[in-house]
Amino acid sequence: MIRALHRWPGLVALILVTVLALSGAALSVFPLAERLTAQQPVAGQSVADLAARVAAAHPGLEEIRRSPSGTITAWWFDGGTPGSAVIDPATGANVGSADPNQMERWLTNLHRSLFLDDAGRLVMAAGAAAMLVLALSGAVLVARRTGGWRRWFARLRGPLAGRLHVELARVAVLGLALSAATALWMTASTFDLLPDGALRPADPAAVSGQMAFPLEQMAALQDVPVNTLRKLSFPYAGDAQDMFTLSTDAGTGLIDQGTGGLLSWADLTPWQQVSETIYMLHTGQGAAVLGLVLGLIALIVPVMGVTGALIWAAGRRGRPRLRDNAPASRAQTVILVGSEGGSTWGFAATLARALRGAGQAVHVAPMLAFDPTRYPKAERFLILAATYGEGDAPASAKGFLDRLARMAPTAPLAVLGFGDRSFPAFCAFAAKVEAAARAKGWAVLLPMDTVDRQSPQDFARWGRALGQAIGVTLELDRQPARPVAASLTLVSRRDYGEAVQAPTAILRFALPRATLWARLTGRGFARFQAGDLLGILPEGSTVPRFYSLASGRRDGFVEIVVKKHPGGLCSGQLLALEPGDAVQAFLRRNPGFHAGRGRAPLILIGAGTGIGPLAGIIRANTRRRPVHLVFGMRHADSDFLYGEDLTTWQAEGRLTQLSTAVSRGARPHYVQDALRAEAAQVAEAIRKGARIMVCGGRDMAQGVAQALDDILAPMGLTPAMLKAGGRYVEDVY
Amino acid sequence: MKSRLATLALTTALTLPGLALARPVTLTTTLNSYGGDGAYLALYVTDASGAYVGSLWMAGDKSRYYEHLSAWYAATGGDPAQINGITGASVGAGRTLQITLDLADSLFDAGYTLHIDAAVEDMRDSPNEIAVPLTAAGAGTPVQGRRYISSFVYQ
Repeated sequence: MIRALHRWPGLVALILVTVLALSGAALSVFPLAERLTAQQPVAGQSVADLAARVAAAHPGLEEIRRSPSGTITAWWFDGGTPGSAVIDPATGANVGSADPNQMERWLTNLHRSLFLDDAGRLVMAAGAAAMLVLALSGAVLVARRTGGWRRWFARLRGPLAGRLHVELARVAVLGLALSAATALWMTASTFDLLPDGALRPADPAAVSGQMAFPLEQMAALQDVPVNTLRKLSFPYAGDAQDMFTLSTDAGTGLIDQGTGGLLSWADLTPWQQVSETIYMLHTGQGAAVLGLVLGLIALIVPVMGVTGALIWAAGRRGRPRLRDNAPASRAQTVILVGSEGGSTWGFAATLARALRGAGQAVHVAPMLAFDPTRYPKAERFLILAATYGEGDAPASAKGFLDRLARMAPTAPLAVLGFGDRSFPAFCAFAAKVEAAARAKGWAVLLPMDTVDRQSPQDFARWGRALGQAIGVTLELDRQPARPVAASLTLVSRRDYGEAVQAPTAILRFALPRATLWARLTGRGFARFQAGDLLGILPEGSTVPRFYSLASGRRDGFVEIVVKKHPGGLCSGQLLALEPGDAVQAFLRRNPGFHAGRGRAPLILIGAGTGIGPLAGIIRANTRRRPVHLVFGMRHADSDFLYGEDLTTWQAEGRLTQLSTAVSRGARPHYVQDALRAEAAQVAEAIRKGARIMVCGGRDMAQGVAQALDDILAPMGLTPAMLKAGGRYVEDVY
Repeated sequence: MKSRLATLALTTALTLPGLALARPVTLTTTLNSYGGDGAYLALYVTDASGAYVGSLWMAGDKSRYYEHLSAWYAATGGDPAQINGITGASVGAGRTLQITLDLADSLFDAGYTLHIDAAVEDMRDSPNEIAVPLTAAGAGTPVQGRRYISSFVYQ
């Protein structure tokens, strides 16, 4: 609901809001420019003094105005010709033209009415209303995404467009809401919907009938400081019945031109004061710096519009049209989808196609429409669920848990979670669904499984298990839009691990030539660093395998570390490569596992081939950031990957400290043991803000997490807290 | 705005009792290029003693800005009944406002004065921009305003 409330005004009003924001941003410059160029005020000057000086220099003076920025303008009518000028309050002399700035006037008319008068004002007010709805619904979405209002500035992960959108939103939302709300107030005021009109001072019963009382002696002007002046209108020349009209920031009064005394006075009404404050907040007239800040924030709007549209388009693209969807009443297999951005729908479509190929009647539906009574023929429910934020239901699964709790079990079900392992709440919603279903007594077809970062391998593996469970052969070939593969030629290989029955090789490929376009846009191999992923397409399969890169673009080569898996198609092919041979590969960015900038110490923990990206990070550490590497191997003589390089890098200062753990031998030792042995040192580094990066197998990562649990406990920290702060990242396989 | 033609049933104040004879009069107001947004103009008539008699036309439709037509506002208190049915859009700089209405013969050569108050956003209010006696002889003679009106003529 909130999402729809955010999406539709956003898309519909995109252009309108962009025009509003850009013209508003341009306008925000003027108040500051005016303030900077305004004449210096004279300390303690009274309006009487100012009026006398200006009147002396300008016969036929009709009006003096002071703008919120302090610019004094005078208007006169002398010898049959009108005149006006900006005035120096100290001398009363002209210092500049009072003609309105044409650019500012043009922008103002564009901004408030598109040059279309009232119709345009209403259109722009609708734009402001859309902006307000966007800001408020967007704030709710940000809070949902980061896991609560208190975690407003929590670190973000995910695709660039979405991240950028939220990063900017959480800075801009307050300013945009303020600009939009004040705009609506001003529109309401313009259309007389607010009782904020000025009160007129009562007409006096009689005036003195005298004229030409000296201005500098007028009592009603002597007590009024210039910095409270808005406007002083002079009586009509030669009309003894006319009066001075004085407007200040407190109200409006009439002054007798023959005595200089105040005849009547009307205060500003509270409504007027509110309206004037709102006018100031919106225009920056009188609050130039705030105005400029709001203007800068407004500049963000076009970027938010574009990224927002990209997010929407990506969600639409990722959600395929459901072809051959069997009617609910006939479906044997029901696939329920809980998706936030839409990518899970693609997996559901692949699964449905495969099941249909196996002769099943398949119905695909969003989780939120779940009602088992609609599926009388259902033999199984397959639930594909993403997670939103910290374990919440994604958009298309809202209310699912409540529905599930009310429904009696009918057929066995299987849950597959989709998520990103670098999030603390990885597949937490799927786990909740599984737990709720079990608690309610649903039969479980398959224990819950997970798909990390849309991994086609994870999905294919689950598909095989599902096929076994239901007695069909299922090959799930899910191809997310895959970048065009390039041909990588092997330059050299270093072999390890033969002696410990774990053949492993460091493979170095020549950097493929990047096209100019790729270089300009930083796509593909034009820009990468250690920790990014290399997708290899083995011959005989269309499913890519991903390897963490052990080099960056600056190294001038592409390097990965590969261990041969028994029967592994891809690793077998890679380890059979000889220099000169080529493989098909593409690049996938993995920003969650970059070393990042900054000088905070790094604690790199890896075992086996997990050293790959860590070695790449150390090699790139020319700025000598403190790096502590904890590396686990089987035997120092056999699979000490990068052993010689590490010695060199340590000598060059790229690596500060190396701890190793050897698992084969009289006393098996693992990385977690090495970590515990140096607990005090690790704790000290974490106190200094160290970032922990773990790469390797799942078991090792679990062992490391337990060891860190113990090390962090005395400091009142947990690995989850570090993860939430982006200081503990894992690349686990 | 150019050549806006309107035939108006005048407010009762202007059709003096017993003097039903009236003639069509065209009022042409041309603004100079003062460089600001559209001007609000109030056209109204006062009698020989300077007392307000009635309004002829209001150019500008937002009543919240009428206070800036200060002489007209002081005389009428901004009463919307005074300009009911005789309100139009504001007049842009350099443009011409032309209105045709039936004015009672008795208004001419009887000490009545036609006034125009003008106001422009962010510029000086100009009450009594024009104050011209209504006379048969004065018809067709252009008058210059003080600040915003380059010429005004009735005929």
